Amino acid sequence: MIKVSKLTKNYDETVAVDNISFEVKHGEILGFLGPNGAGKTTTMKVLTCFMPPTSGDVTIAGMNVMEDSLSIRQQIGYLPEQNPLYQDMDVVDYLRFVAELRGIPKEQHDSRLRRMMDVCGLEKVISRSIGELSKGYRQRVGLAQAMIHDPQILILDEPTSGLDPNQIVEIRNLIKEIGKEKTVILSTHILSEVQATCDRAIIIDQGKIVADGTLQDLQAAFHGMERITIEIKAPQNGCAEKLRTIENVKQVNEGTPDGEIKCFTIEIEKGQDLREQIFDLTVKEGWKLLELHREVTTLEDVFRQLTKG
Amino acid sequence: MNNILSIFRKELKSYFNSPVAYIVITVFLLISGWFFSTNFFLMGQATVRTALSVIPLIFIFFIPAITMRSIAEEKKSGTIELLVTMPTKDMDIILGKFLAGLVLLTIAIMFTLTYALTASMLGNLDGGPTFGGYLGLLLMGSIYLSIGLFASSMTENQITAFIISFLIIFVFFMLDKVLIFVPGPLVSSFEYLSVDYHFNSLLRGVIDTRDIIYFISMTAFMLVLAGRSLESRKW
Repeated sequence: MIKVSKLTKNYDETVAVDNISFEVKHGEILGFLGPNGAGKTTTMKVLTCFMPPTSGDVTIAGMNVMEDSLSIRQQIGYLPEQNPLYQDMDVVDYLRFVAELRGIPKEQHDSRLRRMMDVCGLEKVISRSIGELSKGYRQRVGLAQAMIHDPQILILDEPTSGLDPNQIVEIRNLIKEIGKEKTVILSTHILSEVQATCDRAIIIDQGKIVADGTLQDLQAAFHGMERITIEIKAPQNGCAEKLRTIENVKQVNEGTPDGEIKCFTIEIEKGQDLREQIFDLTVKEGWKLLELHREVTTLEDVFRQLTKG
Repeated sequence: MNNILSIFRKELKSYFNSPVAYIVITVFLLISGWFFSTNFFLMGQATVRTALSVIPLIFIFFIPAITMRSIAEEKKSGTIELLVTMPTKDMDIILGKFLAGLVLLTIAIMFTLTYALTASMLGNLDGGPTFGGYLGLLLMGSIYLSIGLFASSMTENQITAFIISFLIIFVFFMLDKVLIFVPGPLVSSFEYLSVDYHFNSLLRGVIDTRDIIYFISMTAFMLVLAGRSLESRKW
């Protein structure tokens, strides 16, 4: 559906996007992850035909963004960063205006409008002025605007920013619902968002793609090390040495003890589960096990590993 | 074409939904009315010529005030990004906004028809110059509006847009007033480029196609410049 090859975008001297290539299949929800200023928004601006690439090719539904800009724009719904809206318009007027520009036939305006009101929960505010709306409602108006013409491709730049937790869940469900038949690209720097909504994630940093794959792939690839934290109550010292004797333990770090209560972080080989052995050891030594916890690599770890420095 | 109309309707509505249109029209009528009425009864002539020749001066301030917001505000609030990623040509956006400004201007000018009406009730109003004058105002207004749009498309600050369009319009306004300082061979081209020169010939009641062509081509040129400037994000 979307094919980006060797896309580069410079702003004067700064390179915002540096030679990236990726593909998005039909019906896929792609999460675009990266720290602020990584090039997510720039890539989206190129995809939506707002600006042309400095070099490289972007093909959407078989058409080139430079040559068939108008017909591509017809098929895209776009929610820009910051969700710009005409403050002085009423919600209904605004959506009608967008519907007209989108080229929806006049007789379908009402039905499309009604559908958007249902989908985005806009019944209460439909005749209010956009300037009076709360941030959450504005975001919904922005989404309604992006979806009113039932586009094949939906490009959402930070769709849930500024929403409260309930609204975030609603919007995510909505995106997942749409993603069943449409292609969705959403950018975010909130990792749980990707975990909650996306099939696939691309992590981008300083204009370059640093990881691309399904969430499971990404987590598996960057497993690196697993960690177990334990807290025990033991009168004697030298517990760390005893823990090190367990097979496959790489390293044991001791936290500051609080009287007889000691805590340890045990780093172990990838793919091993040593919880049983640790438990057996504590029983053998007569320590009282207060806490045992295994940390699995999260997307957060992957993200930080890839984008730090 | 549909897109131009949609944008036109939206723009016109936003003029009249905000105080802008009303303030601008009121101020315009106050000033032009004052100029019309002070001399009118002293001269004892049934003519609107004085009023019509003062209005171009008011236009220099009035029209930048109409157009300064139109694109600069969209750039500032980011809505321009929505607009240009719709399946709409950049030129359609410019044309829609231009037409809305033109309608607002026409409404303001229509109110001054009361001057002509007053004059015609008191004496024998000369139809030719009056018609030519009003036509000239509209055509002149078109050029200034397109200059204003061009200025507004260059910046995201309304005040800057106002000042830039004021300056450009002022240059066009002054062209035929500085002719004595201009070296001989250039005089005719200065004169030809001057808006006032063509306006004055219409105001005499002579509808000359050369003047009309001047007004239309200048407007078109300025609109194309505005369109190019809106596209400058792509350069």
